[in-house]
Amino acid sequence: MEFQLPDFDLRVMMPEIFLFLWALVVITFDLSTKRRSGAAVAYLAMFGLVITGILLAVAGTGAGFGAMFFNDAASIFFKVIFLGAAFMAIGSSFGLLRQKIQHHRGEFFGLILLSTVGMMFLASSNELLSLYIGLELTTIPLFVCAAFFKDNRLSVEAGIKYLIIGAFSSALLLYGLSLLYGLSGTTDLLQMRINIATTHLNFREIGMLPMISVIMLVAGLGFKLALPPFHQWAPDVYEGSPTPIAAFLSVGSKAAGLIAFAKIMINGLQVFYDQVMAPSDWGILVAVIASAAMIWGNVAAIRQANIKRMLAYSSIAQAGYIMIGMVALNELGMAAVSFYMFTYLFANMGAFAVVAIFEDTTGSTQISSYNGLAKTSPFHAASMSVFLLSLAGIPPLAGFFAKYYVFASAIKMAGAADDKSWLYWLVGVGLLTSVFALYYYANIIKTMYFTTDESPYRLSVASPGSAMVLIGLIGVLLFGLYPTPILEFAAGIPEALGVVVP
Amino acid sequence: MDWLTPLIFAPLVGAIILAFVPSKQTETIKGVALIIAIITFILSLFVYAQFDKLGAGMQLTVNVPWITSLGIHYHLGIDGISLLLIVLTTVLTILAILSSWRSITEGVKGFFVSMLILTSGMIGVFCALDLFLFYIFWEVMLIPMYFLIGIWGGPRRVYAAIKFVLFTMFGSLLMLVAILYLYFQYHSFAGVYTFDMLKLMQMPIAINPQHWLFVAFALAFAIKVPLWPFHTWLPDAHVQAPTAGSVILAGVLLKMGTYGFIRIAMPMFPDATATFVPYIAILSVIAIIYGALVSMVQKDIKSLVAFSSVSHMGFVMLGLFALNQEAVQGAVIQMINHGISTGALFLLVGMIYERRHTRLIAEFGGLGKVMPVFSAFFMIVMLSSIGLPFTNGFVGEFLILLGAFKANVWYGVFAATGVILAACYMLWMYQRVVFGKVTNPENEKLTDINWRERIILIPLVVLIFFIGIYPTPLFERTEPAVRQVIAHIEQTRQAKQDLERIDERTLALREGAGLSQKVTEKGVTR
Repeated sequence: MEFQLPDFDLRVMMPEIFLFLWALVVITFDLSTKRRSGAAVAYLAMFGLVITGILLAVAGTGAGFGAMFFNDAASIFFKVIFLGAAFMAIGSSFGLLRQKIQHHRGEFFGLILLSTVGMMFLASSNELLSLYIGLELTTIPLFVCAAFFKDNRLSVEAGIKYLIIGAFSSALLLYGLSLLYGLSGTTDLLQMRINIATTHLNFREIGMLPMISVIMLVAGLGFKLALPPFHQWAPDVYEGSPTPIAAFLSVGSKAAGLIAFAKIMINGLQVFYDQVMAPSDWGILVAVIASAAMIWGNVAAIRQANIKRMLAYSSIAQAGYIMIGMVALNELGMAAVSFYMFTYLFANMGAFAVVAIFEDTTGSTQISSYNGLAKTSPFHAASMSVFLLSLAGIPPLAGFFAKYYVFASAIKMAGAADDKSWLYWLVGVGLLTSVFALYYYANIIKTMYFTTDESPYRLSVASPGSAMVLIGLIGVLLFGLYPTPILEFAAGIPEALGVVVP
Repeated sequence: MDWLTPLIFAPLVGAIILAFVPSKQTETIKGVALIIAIITFILSLFVYAQFDKLGAGMQLTVNVPWITSLGIHYHLGIDGISLLLIVLTTVLTILAILSSWRSITEGVKGFFVSMLILTSGMIGVFCALDLFLFYIFWEVMLIPMYFLIGIWGGPRRVYAAIKFVLFTMFGSLLMLVAILYLYFQYHSFAGVYTFDMLKLMQMPIAINPQHWLFVAFALAFAIKVPLWPFHTWLPDAHVQAPTAGSVILAGVLLKMGTYGFIRIAMPMFPDATATFVPYIAILSVIAIIYGALVSMVQKDIKSLVAFSSVSHMGFVMLGLFALNQEAVQGAVIQMINHGISTGALFLLVGMIYERRHTRLIAEFGGLGKVMPVFSAFFMIVMLSSIGLPFTNGFVGEFLILLGAFKANVWYGVFAATGVILAACYMLWMYQRVVFGKVTNPENEKLTDINWRERIILIPLVVLIFFIGIYPTPLFERTEPAVRQVIAHIEQTRQAKQDLERIDERTLALREGAGLSQKVTEKGVTR
C-alpha cells in the first residue's frame, strides 16, 4: 500500500509551533543567564503567550493535517481560554518567583507553556490519536508543576497523586478509545460518526461493548474534569500545588477536558445520546454525574477551612453546571458551555490570583486568616467578592449569564423533546445547589467584611498579581454587562462540534 | 425624552463618584450621598410631573435592544403603581441617608455606596418592563442589602444577613426558571424570542404549566412580601439591620413582592391566579392575625414593628387577591402607606436606640415627659399604623376590607380582627414606652429629638395626613393602572372560557358527525 501524506498547511499550526519553540526559549533563557533570570523569564513567557494569541488571530481557520489538526470556531474559542488561563497563571506567579522557585524558574514557566501547547493541539484535533496525545501533553507537564515545591510534603503528595490518577484515567480513556476504534474501524471522529450512524443498530447486538466503551470514556474524561465519583484527587492536588498551578488546573485543564469531552462524546458519539441506545446512552449517565457534582461539590465546599480546597470543591460543582449545557446537547447548550468556560476563566483565575497574592504575603491559605481583609486591602477584598459572586451567579456579573445560558439550554431542550423532560430535574438540582453555593461564597465575603477586626496583613496593589486581579475584574464586569460579542463568537461553536439540534 | 434612565442610574453614578472620595473624609461622603439622593428625588418629581394621570398603559417608555441575540431589551416604562412606588423610594432614600448621619461611624463610604446602589436597583425594578432586566435589577438589590445588614447591623447580623440572602436567592432562582420557560413558550407561540412583559402577557398558556409558573413566581414574591409562612427571615433581618436598612427594607423591599404579584404573577397567569385566590387569601388572613398576635408579645420595639409588617403586608396581599377594583386599589395605596408608616416607625425606634442603645420596651417608660416632641411624632405615626381615620392607614385598610368583604365575607371578618389587634399591640406598646412616670433613671436625662431628626420626620407626618385627608391624587394615578390589570385578568379568563366553550362545542359536533368515520379509520390502521 502506498503511503500518502495528507495535504498539510502549516499556517494554521503557526501558534502551536511558535509556542512550543517559545517554551524552549524560555527554558534556555533561564539556563543561559545562570538561573539569575529573575522576573524577566516570567515576562518572557507572558510575552510569548501574547504573540501566540496574535498568531492565532492571524492564522485563521482551516485544516492543517486533515482531521489531525484543524482550526474552527470551537478550537479557536477554547485556545483563547487556554492562553488566557496560562497568561493569568503566570501573572500570578511573581510572588513564587521571588520566594519559592528561585532555581527552576525556566522549567516552571516552560512547563506551563508546554501544557498550553498540549491543550491547543487537543482543541484542534478531531481524531482519537492526536486527541489523546494532546491530552497527555497537557497533563504530563502539570504533574511536574504540581510537585514543584520539592521540600513540601503536600506539594509532593499532590504531584504523585495527580500522576497516579492521571495515568489511571488516561489508561481508562485509552481503553475506551481502543474499543471505539474496534467498533467503528476508524480514529477519525467524523468518519466514526458516520460509521456508527449507519451501523448503530448492529451495535446493540454487539451488546456490552459500546456500553463499556462509553463508561470508560466518561470515567476517563470524568477524572480529567474532576466529576464525581472521580473527583477525589482535586482537593488534595489543589491544596498541595503551587497556587497558580491550581488555578491553571482548575481553568485550563478543565477547559481541555471539556473540549475533549465535546469532541469525543458529541462529535463522535452523538448517536449514543438516545434512549433507544440505552444502556449505551451517555446522556443519563452524564446527567447523573453532573447532579452528583453539583450536590457533592457544593455541600463539601461548605465545610472547607482552606480556601484552595474550597475553590477545588467549587470547581467540581461548576463542572457540574457546565455539564448541564453539555447534556442538553442543543446549539444553545454548546454555546452555553463555551460561554460558561469563558466567564469561568476570569472569575476563577481572578479568585486564585487573590489567593496567590494573599498566600505570598501571609503564607496562609486558611479562610479564617482572611478575617477583616476589607479594611486593609479594599481592592483585593472587593475584587474577591466580585469573583465569588460571579461564581455564585449573581447578576449583572458574567457568571450569572453563564448559568443563565446553561439553564436556558436545558429548559429549551426539555420543552422541545418529550423524552428529555428529565432535564427539568437537572435544572432543579442546579437551582437548589446554587443556594448552597451562595452560602459558602458569601461566607468568605462575610469573613472579609462583617467583622470589626482589622486584618494584620496588607496586600500590595502595585504588583503583577494585582494586575491579573484587575484583568479578571474587568472580564467579569464587562462580559456581564455586555456579553454580546462573546455570544456571537460562541454561536459558531455548536456547528463546529457537530451539534445538530437547534 | 427618556426620564427613567437618568432616574435609575443617577444613584449608581453617584455611588461610583463616591467610590473615589477618600474614605477618611466622612463629612464629604455623607454630603455627596445626600446631594445625590436629593437629585434622584428631584428627577423622580420630574417623572411625576411628566406622568399623564389620565393616560392608561405604560408611560415614558424606553425600548432599546440590549443583547440582541437573545431578544433582551432595555425596556422601561411606568404606570401609576410604579410611579408612586418610585417616589416613595426616592423619599425614603433621602430620609434613610439623613438618619444614618450620626449612627454610622465605621466604614462610612461603603455604607453610602451600598445605599445608592440599592436605590438604583429598587427604582430599576419598578421601571423594568423586560423580564430579564427585571430579574437583573431584582438581584442587584440583594448584595448591597446583604452588606448593609452584615456590616452595619446588630449583634446577630451575620446570621440575619445570610438568612436574608439565601431566602431571597431561592425565590429568585425559581423565578428565573419560570422566566426561561415563558421565554421558550413564547418562542413556540409567536416564533420570536422576547422577555417583554407586555408581549408575554398576551400569550395564552395551558392551565397546568400556568399553575407551575404561578407557583414559581408566587414563591419568589411571597418570600419577599413576606407572606406567612415564608416570613421567618424578616424579623431577623429587620431587627439586625441598621435603621436605614430597616427603613428601606420595610419601606421599599417588601413592596417588591407585592409589586411583583400585581405586575407579573397576576396579569400573566390569570387562570392560575383565580385558582390560587383562596389559598393566598387564607395565608394572608393567617399572616394578618399571626403577625398581630406575635407583635403583641414582643419585648423589643423593633421586632414588634417587624412583626407588624407581616400583618400589614398580609392586608396588602389580601387586597390584591380580592381581585376587585376597591381592594386592589386599596392594596396599592396600602403599599405606599406601609412604606411611610413603618419607615417612620423604624426611624423613631432608631432615634431612641441611638440615645439609649437598647430597644427593650421594659427599659423605657415616661418618655412623654423627657421627650415630648418625639412622643408627639411617635403618636401620629403609631396612629397611622393602626389606621385611624384621617391618617393614611385608614384609607388603605378600609378599601381593602371593603373589597375583601365583597369577595368573601369571611376573609373580611377575619382580616378585620387584625385592625383591632393592631390597635391593641400598638397602643399597649406606646403606653408602656411613653406614658406614666420615668421609671428608669437612665431615661431622665434623654434629650429630645434635634432639628435633623425633625426634618426627617416632618415629611412623613405631612404625607400621613395628606394621604389620610386628600388621597385623590394617589387614586387618580393608580386607578387606570389597577383597572387595566383587573380588566386584563378578566378578559383573558373570559376569552379563554369562550374558547373552551367553542372547543367543546366543535368537539361535540365532530364527535356527533364523524363517529362512524373514526371507527373506520381505526379499523384501517389496525
